[in-house]
Amino acid sequence: MTDYTLTTSPSLKRRHAKETRFKWYGRIAILIALSFLAFMFSAIIFRGAGAFQQTKISLEVTFTQDIIDPNGERDPQVLASANYRPLLIRALSKTFPEITARRDKKHLYKLLSSGAVFEMGKMVNHNPNMIGTTQTIWLPASSEVDLFMKGKIDANLDESQRRLDDKKMSYIETLKQSGLIKKKFNTAFFSHGDSREPEMAGILGAALGSFFSLLVCFVIAFPLGILTAVYLEEYAKKTKLTDVIEVNINNLAAVPSIVFGLLGLSIFLGVFHIPRSTPLVGGMVLALMTLPTIIIAARASLRSVPYTIREAAYGLGASKTQATFHHVLPLAMPGMLTGTILGMAQALGETAPLLMIGMVAFIVDIPHGVTDAATSLPVQIFLWADSPEKGFVERTSAAIIVLLAFLILMNLLAVVLRKKLERRW
Amino acid sequence: MGRPVDLKLRHARRSTQIKEFVIQFFLIASSLVAILTTIGIVVSLAFEAFKFFEKIPISDFLFGLKWSPQTAIRADQVGASGAFGVIPLLTGTLLISFIAMTVATPLGLLSAVYLAEYAQPKTRTLVKPLLELLAGIPTVVYGFFAALVIAPIIRNTGSGMGFEISSESALAAGLVMGIMLVPFISSLSDDVINAVPQTMRDASFGLGATHAETITKVVLPAATPGIMSSLLLAISRAIGETMIVVMAAGLAAKLSLNPLEAVTTMTVQIVTLLTGDQEFDSAKTLAAFAIALFLFTLTLGLNIVALKIVDKYKKQYD
Repeated sequence: MTDYTLTTSPSLKRRHAKETRFKWYGRIAILIALSFLAFMFSAIIFRGAGAFQQTKISLEVTFTQDIIDPNGERDPQVLASANYRPLLIRALSKTFPEITARRDKKHLYKLLSSGAVFEMGKMVNHNPNMIGTTQTIWLPASSEVDLFMKGKIDANLDESQRRLDDKKMSYIETLKQSGLIKKKFNTAFFSHGDSREPEMAGILGAALGSFFSLLVCFVIAFPLGILTAVYLEEYAKKTKLTDVIEVNINNLAAVPSIVFGLLGLSIFLGVFHIPRSTPLVGGMVLALMTLPTIIIAARASLRSVPYTIREAAYGLGASKTQATFHHVLPLAMPGMLTGTILGMAQALGETAPLLMIGMVAFIVDIPHGVTDAATSLPVQIFLWADSPEKGFVERTSAAIIVLLAFLILMNLLAVVLRKKLERRW
Repeated sequence: MGRPVDLKLRHARRSTQIKEFVIQFFLIASSLVAILTTIGIVVSLAFEAFKFFEKIPISDFLFGLKWSPQTAIRADQVGASGAFGVIPLLTGTLLISFIAMTVATPLGLLSAVYLAEYAQPKTRTLVKPLLELLAGIPTVVYGFFAALVIAPIIRNTGSGMGFEISSESALAAGLVMGIMLVPFISSLSDDVINAVPQTMRDASFGLGATHAETITKVVLPAATPGIMSSLLLAISRAIGETMIVVMAAGLAAKLSLNPLEAVTTMTVQIVTLLTGDQEFDSAKTLAAFAIALFLFTLTLGLNIVALKIVDKYKKQYD
């Protein structure tokens, strides 16, 4: 009997092997993309986690009245800008009584961040009763000391190649033994604006800049997007005009973001003279960018509201406008909000157009409104990534972690909103 | 008795009509913003670009082989004139886009095929959002990662094999950009593969083809137009991408196709020309608008072709 069973055919075996191989290609492709994602996340978290802690040094500082406020007027301006340096040097000498040479004392002072004096100014301003007393306070260490404490400077390197000399290392050792140097939660990172010193730099300024930009973006793009969607879906008859609008919207969604920045530069700044570097102009540019996303989502959401709702409204004597705004729009709102949140998330991560309208400047002050000069989180990341200072690598990664956390939060909000409020018809 | 009521009714109807009219007016006005934006882009770019072409002939811009926009402070300095040829920028842009597409096309297409044809629904609901996460990550993050992690890896591997690789290279920027583009290709291709009618697959299975054979010989050819348009959209993304190249590709405008060297792109030059100190109306500043107009035209062309293909394809199976 001849065996006609197909499984024995060598060509079929080959074809089946090919089938398995083909399946694996797909799996491997997905695996590569996802492992890249995992690699990127872990590399950034690994680098950035350290920035949430900052090395601080404990000092017993005597707040001498004569040095801080000789006139005793407690003027905040005077308190903030008083010369705190001698107080710190005295306190350091108390901790290191054996060091007497002037040069060594100066050296000792360099353990502290150059921003430590500002910290003291803030402290005294906050609580002027400190003046005349002796307090134990924790002050930020310099970036080199911080890097060393986090194990990012190799102690075994030759002194000439190390960023921290032997003397400073011995000081740190002494402080360590008496428990006067510690890594503490980095509050400065969340409460300061930008700074040239990595240990004093924070993201609050950039985060608020992003917040104000998004606020402007939302106020402009949300109503415009929804009204456009309502017009195109509910009112407009299919004409040349609506065709043009539709093609426009689809194309705008794919225009490179940097081009929107140039539009902002030449029209918003050049023609309308809106102040440069402000969240106001940033938000306007971002609004134009997110508009297509919102319109497309809003239209899909309107389309999913069944026609019977409209008919029921008409049947009860509602006008077109009443039917649309009282009945259809509220039902479509959850979907519209979801789309808007996703659009806002996209706007939050946008960098290139903001570079064009001057939001890339070095800004220390924390913005208080939409017309204060500001940067945004992604721009701050770009600025820090560009800095040659080694301490900024950590801050950049930490800022990225914060940015990604916001993005994930917004996306989760969109998902929850969709699950909770969206109706299936 | 009837008259006052009648008047009231007429009055009410009139006010409703006015309200409807006003609302319609607002609706139309807001829809026009989309058109105004496009007009604003074209006009502002063209206006500044024309000013640029008054200083530098358009042929020098389009066909010039040298890009060095530094106009000297004194007229007698070396290289005082500055050269504004866009060709080196274009080759740099295309080189990086090519590297990115070489990475993104196989990864994106194979992922799409697997997700659409083989994956269990459970895997699909897990993997799809994860892939789309790649598209949601801000490009500044990719740029930082490319410059800080990928570029040193490439440089070290290269020097291990005896290559000299600069710290900023087209390869690092292109590779990372390729990964970023994967979800753009995979999700659109996934949609078009799913849109291929099941009957076509059944027919192929019925003739004894394996699943892989069905995919390569029936499904993919049927989905080709849609896949092409997804690739075109990805290319347009790659050409217009800014942050990754600004942070990882470098500034050197060399006419080179060597992926191991630093190259520059159109977007990088726009950023360098317009950030930092700028005098308005100098050839340097205006050049940025000329590049942007070129970039806009290029991406617009790609987008229009891609959207046309999608539209045509949609009608085919509806």
